[in-house]
Amino acid sequence: MTDVTNLEERFQAKIDAEQKIEPKDWMPEKYRKTLIRQISQHAHSEIVGMLPEGNWITRAPSLRRKAILLAKVQDEAGHGLYLYSACETLGTTREQTIADLNSGKAKYSSIFNYPTLTWADIGAVGWLVDGAAIMNQVMLCRTSYGPYARAMVRICKEESFHQRQGYEVMSVLAKGTPEQKEMAQDALNRWWWPSLMMFGPSDANSPNSADSMKWKIKRQSNDELRQIFIDRTVQQAEIIGLTIPDPDLKWNEATKHYDWGTIDWTEFNNVVAGNGPCNKERLAARNKAHDDGAWVREAALAHAAKKAKRKAA
Amino acid sequence: MSDDNKNNWPLWEIFIQSKRGLEHKHVGSLHAADAQMAIENARDVYTRRQEGNSIWVVPAGAISSSQPDDSAMLFDPADDKTYRHPTFYQMPEGAKYI
Repeated sequence: MTDVTNLEERFQAKIDAEQKIEPKDWMPEKYRKTLIRQISQHAHSEIVGMLPEGNWITRAPSLRRKAILLAKVQDEAGHGLYLYSACETLGTTREQTIADLNSGKAKYSSIFNYPTLTWADIGAVGWLVDGAAIMNQVMLCRTSYGPYARAMVRICKEESFHQRQGYEVMSVLAKGTPEQKEMAQDALNRWWWPSLMMFGPSDANSPNSADSMKWKIKRQSNDELRQIFIDRTVQQAEIIGLTIPDPDLKWNEATKHYDWGTIDWTEFNNVVAGNGPCNKERLAARNKAHDDGAWVREAALAHAAKKAKRKAA
Repeated sequence: MSDDNKNNWPLWEIFIQSKRGLEHKHVGSLHAADAQMAIENARDVYTRRQEGNSIWVVPAGAISSSQPDDSAMLFDPADDKTYRHPTFYQMPEGAKYI
């Protein structure tokens, strides 16, 4: 309990011993900042992620699909809330976190800046986008910060239906008319590369990775997770007769992994910088929702105050 | 860590009993204008898959907790009292039901 070095050593010793860090524990300022950035980005992604899917709720092809999509979008709202409350345990306020999203200061996953043009996109989002997210989330169930890990355990339990329903949508379309199959293939073509980008920059270019690994915030590298995702997904595409849009994709008997092509990082950086197809639309939708809800938040508080006063009287 | 200044809904800690006979367990927190709304929101946020039988909501500011720095003082004294456990005692060979 003396100087910072001593505190930092004790902190790292806890992490090395696989003990979780809890909100009241001492932690390096950079650990706290990294977590606030990562958890809030993660929460924002869940919330903004409702927009491309919400786009299809009224146009789902059957009542069954509509009920499923509604449940899925409601789950995403829940996941955002679990994560916002985990983030608050680090000393941020909800108000500030939301304000950072709405002002464009905070980031969310770039994948949600792509549009959902056809019904097949809902399938592709569940199968590929949620599939890629799950890879990351399963790893995060063992992250070193207790509240984050607990939120991730809940999220993972709920998320696996998201991926399965998406794959089911794709498999039904792929078995349908030639037009339906073409629609599924088109969705796969558009979502494949952005899904691979979700794992983030290659390890060599990932500025925060070394600290995050040392602190066991993450436990597997971006490239490792991306490779596992590719290996699993290629087989799933084969089963339903769709083709992964990568001419360089080839099984490598020596490494027991697929070799694959090159990600267009210029596109990735461009979308992160705010120039994706839907960046402006997504942010405008979030701001509108927040502003339109202001009177509800005020009215609820006024009502609660009035009720409390009446009870006291 | 609640931000219940005058424009924000206060923070509530949520406890869910998953089944009759089990304890209420902390599951997370959420913001709500009052206790009734906290219960309604907790239903939507934390019990979408039959996880709940009963909900407790507690204003986050009402919870006091021990400090990590005190944990040695609070919990270490139990470390050397193995005689508080039944396995500490040697039973005579052949004794049954004990």
